[in-house]
Amino acid sequence: MMQKTLFEKIWEAHLICHLDAERDLVFIDRHILQETTSASAFDGLKTTGRKVRHPGLSVATQDHMVSTEPHRDETSNPQGRELMQLMRLNSAATQITHFGLEDPRQGIAHVIAPELGLVLPGSIIACGDSHTSTAGGLGALGIGIGTSEVEHVLATQTLALRRPKTMRITFNGSLKPGVSAKDMVLYALGQFGIDCAAGHAIEYAGSAIRSLPIEARMTVCNMSIEFGARLGLIAPDEATMAYVAGRAYAPTCRLWEEALAHWQKLHGDADAIFARDFAVDAQTISPQVTWGTNQQEVIGIDQLVPDPSTCVDAASRERAHAALAYMGLQAGRPLEGLPVDVVFIGSCTNGRLSDLQAAADVAKGRKVAPGVRALVVPGSGAVKREAEAIGLDRIFRDAGFEWRSPGCSMCVSMNQDMVAPHQRCVATSNRNFENRQGPRARTHLLSPAMAAAAAVTGTIVDVRKLH
Amino acid sequence: MPSPFENYQGIAAPLGQVNINTDAIIPATYMRSASANLGAGLFARWRYEENGEPKTDFILNQTPYDRASILIAGANFGCGSSREAAVWALLRFGIRCVIAPSYADIFYENCFRNGLLPALVSPADLEIALTQSKVPHGGDFFIDLTRSRIFLPQGEEIEFSIPPMRRDALLRGDDDIATTLRHEEAMANFNIKDRQARPWIYAMENPP
Repeated sequence: MMQKTLFEKIWEAHLICHLDAERDLVFIDRHILQETTSASAFDGLKTTGRKVRHPGLSVATQDHMVSTEPHRDETSNPQGRELMQLMRLNSAATQITHFGLEDPRQGIAHVIAPELGLVLPGSIIACGDSHTSTAGGLGALGIGIGTSEVEHVLATQTLALRRPKTMRITFNGSLKPGVSAKDMVLYALGQFGIDCAAGHAIEYAGSAIRSLPIEARMTVCNMSIEFGARLGLIAPDEATMAYVAGRAYAPTCRLWEEALAHWQKLHGDADAIFARDFAVDAQTISPQVTWGTNQQEVIGIDQLVPDPSTCVDAASRERAHAALAYMGLQAGRPLEGLPVDVVFIGSCTNGRLSDLQAAADVAKGRKVAPGVRALVVPGSGAVKREAEAIGLDRIFRDAGFEWRSPGCSMCVSMNQDMVAPHQRCVATSNRNFENRQGPRARTHLLSPAMAAAAAVTGTIVDVRKLH
Repeated sequence: MPSPFENYQGIAAPLGQVNINTDAIIPATYMRSASANLGAGLFARWRYEENGEPKTDFILNQTPYDRASILIAGANFGCGSSREAAVWALLRFGIRCVIAPSYADIFYENCFRNGLLPALVSPADLEIALTQSKVPHGGDFFIDLTRSRIFLPQGEEIEFSIPPMRRDALLRGDDDIATTLRHEEAMANFNIKDRQARPWIYAMENPP
């Protein structure tokens, strides 16, 4: 019998029928909606007279455009008001549970879905946002979709998808102290490139992955899209089950027992073949910082900004020069010591409690350097409350960080949280694209601990030197 | 629901870079409203100076490319965010076909849902198309979806690949949801079996 990967087994369990040689119709277990990518989907339903097929399997949240001011409401970001209202009204009209700003469960879609038990091992979850792959941290397939596909899920609770090919990235060995899940994924992006996984589903494996706590696994899976993969996952284990148990929407009693028995059998076959198979020695990874304007343009903090003249062809040379010019950097120099203007700690990549804890460990007893604006934006209301319960907010406030309300904030900069032209921002988010955090803003991606270290020293620095 | 794709001819704009992401195609700040003029936001950061004046060195601000209906780009076009507004912005500007050697997965899917043709060409053919498009007023490209071919102004033709079912769907202007709903029986059968196999998935529909 053919050996199968975990991804293939989960896919087959959701297969309704083959549509053609390359596409399948698959069932979607959970659908999360957010305000920026759903309004036209509801319009489409109205125009065609179609109904939401399984409103009970969907929830909506507000994240991209919400203000992160402490006492915000729907009017705090006037430019987002229209789409936020539409999300609320469309949800009410279709009996979809909606977590508005007044709701304690509000937060970034990919942060609240796992913490509410909406992401279950072996399930498929869809959301109109490319970082839905975060769900892979719990052994689920998280699929980022466009707005027409949002409408398709609403109307049919299915997606017509090209069957992804299989791919594995194995992280052998163990991480050195001061190195995190974010560094693992950035390092792999530097090694394998931002389109190495186009058309593929990534499974992350190896001892360094298995020893990651659940929230760190979500950080790795979150950035699957940055490799070009629509989804990425990590096989569930006992830690996964312990994470899911007791969450608001997780099964209970008899159903929990039944689900648990099912999930404990969820694994890929030992000899399953992956169409692409990469390996990394986790030991060699140092804290990573992006120097350029996409995520494969990344180096260890102990390395020098690469020299474009070493590029293989003229096009990549030109591209590297452009990235250096945009970032205001010189080849052959270290990133360490570069002054920063803004520090952003948050996002669906690194906005969970353990991320804030890692940053707070560095910030504790220190002060944000003069002239630096440092924001901490919890990924959800729950993360914010838990952080406050253990005093992290005090550590950040005492150090001079802004303690904000949950949302996507400066990752996508659709609210007022923007970086000014030419300002240098270190960010725990996922995209260092030109102009993403604001016109001509310069973004360096790194881990929460590295971000906090930059905040308190005022420069990009190796966090291991601070301990 | 997209309108049926008809073969057409038009000006092709060369934008050869690889890895053009959706933040570049349509900056998020142009998506803050349901009624935003996305055509005006297409490649906004490359197209406009800070004061809103057009950047004269950007290809889509130059004659005749300001009337382009075809865009030629490098590999991994449309990477990054899932925003379908990237496709809408291209269409609103007047681009109905992109020519590139590869596309990011979500962008590629979003194209079909809106009747935008993502023509996949070989790297060698991409170079030929780029070279010919760079001759200003060099003539129109003719997009023949029926035969999966692009006829270049200087007489050559290049072939692009597109799965036959997707080509036919574009030519008909299929409503994807209607297509799926034709599988109603398979969906119902799946549901009956799945409720037995994984009852915990459906418990959420009937909260206590």
